Amino acid sequence: MTFRLYMVQRISALIMAPLVLMHIAVMIYAIQGGLSAEEILGRTQGSVLWFLFYGTFVVAVSIHAAIGLRTVLSEWAGLRGTALNAAAWAVLALLLILGMQAVYGVTAT
Amino acid sequence: MIRGYRTHTLWVAFLLHRISGVALALFLPLHFWVLSYALTAPETLDGLLLWTDLGIVKFSEFGLVFLLSVHMFGGLRLMALEWLPWTSGQKTAAASAVAASTLVAGVFFLRAI
Amino acid sequence: MADKHQMSVSVWRGAAAGSFQSFDVKMEENQTVLDVVAWIQQHADPTLSYRYACRVGMCGSCAMMVNGTPRWTCRTHVKKVLVDGHMEIAPLRNLPVIKDLATDMDPFFDKWVAAEGLHHPTQTRHDPIEAIDPASAGRVEVNAGIECINCSVCYAACDTVAGNPDYLGPAALQRAWSVYNDSKDAGKQAILDAVSGVGGCHNCHSQGSCAVHCPNELNPMNAIAGLKRETARNFFRRRAR
Repeated sequence: MTFRLYMVQRISALIMAPLVLMHIAVMIYAIQGGLSAEEILGRTQGSVLWFLFYGTFVVAVSIHAAIGLRTVLSEWAGLRGTALNAAAWAVLALLLILGMQAVYGVTAT
Repeated sequence: MIRGYRTHTLWVAFLLHRISGVALALFLPLHFWVLSYALTAPETLDGLLLWTDLGIVKFSEFGLVFLLSVHMFGGLRLMALEWLPWTSGQKTAAASAVAASTLVAGVFFLRAI
Repeated sequence: MADKHQMSVSVWRGAAAGSFQSFDVKMEENQTVLDVVAWIQQHADPTLSYRYACRVGMCGSCAMMVNGTPRWTCRTHVKKVLVDGHMEIAPLRNLPVIKDLATDMDPFFDKWVAAEGLHHPTQTRHDPIEAIDPASAGRVEVNAGIECINCSVCYAACDTVAGNPDYLGPAALQRAWSVYNDSKDAGKQAILDAVSGVGGCHNCHSQGSCAVHCPNELNPMNAIAGLKRETARNFFRRRAR
């Protein structure tokens, strides 16, 4: 891992730390009395704040997971060079697309 | 795999961080996919959310919250080791990360059942 | 083993491809692992290759894997490592094996140079000797890592080295950190650049096996954390300018 990847990994982690705590707090609050689509959407739909919250979260986690899996693939699967970078970009693209779809799904009206 | 030279606290902390990270990365696409049904097909989302009433799923959720929480606390421990001037007491910090994560996941579990 | 006066010792024979060969060795009251290897070479099989020099834990040439753990064999007592009258001795991990217990140390030392773990002088021999305050912060950092004997035990213990052949490893990075903290060194930026590449200090996962196994009880993991901190600080300093 180069210095640049290291810094991006640490900065995305620092951005996510408060978001994760918030996410867990919301989960503990939300699961009381069971989960329903109506309850989740009632909270999130049309809310700019929730859109920004989950949007930032998705971008940060996609970058963080792509760099993390890149390291694991390099150390444990022996991937190097172009194949390694291609795999990391693919992970990033997949998570960004699926993640943004989910954010759109729960916050758009 | 766990050979003599690896049986110490910080190596185990590393393994826990790596396994929780990989597991979370694998879970994310599923998580996103389920939520993307919210707008297009709320009834499908409800159908999927019904699964969360099952005991086994609740237990897996406990696992997920634990993984998320232990990855976060473990990562914060790592950044403290790397960037803050104090570096001693790493074993205690690693153990605290696991303890705090168990607590968080435990609270979640008790609320869920 | 039934006989209390004998132990069975499995010793690696061959290069990368090879196998363990078993020897029966007489137990002595005071005996190090290196004594056992020397006894085998002198009395059982003179073709056994291994490396040692000082026999007192100063030169760093006799490190081997003993029961899967890297150790300085001249200072490791047999009684400490014997399991049911048996022990296994193999060449150091993470280095190419030349023959039997002798590894090629070139990659290990090449990485010291690649990490800029060398002196970059600020003065010439004609200048007076610069006084260094033993209590100064830089000197205290240097003290923490200066007793390294280049034995490569940390390099063999490190799983990050095992997973990434480019990684400079704990010893080279610790030396880079010592040199970085030397007030008489002129190559600070060269060091930070050298440890920021593909094989640099940022690969370290703080597993701490280096610190656990270092025979001199040094802590390369802390030195590497120091390099991470300085490279990050340098990054923000450069951006601020």
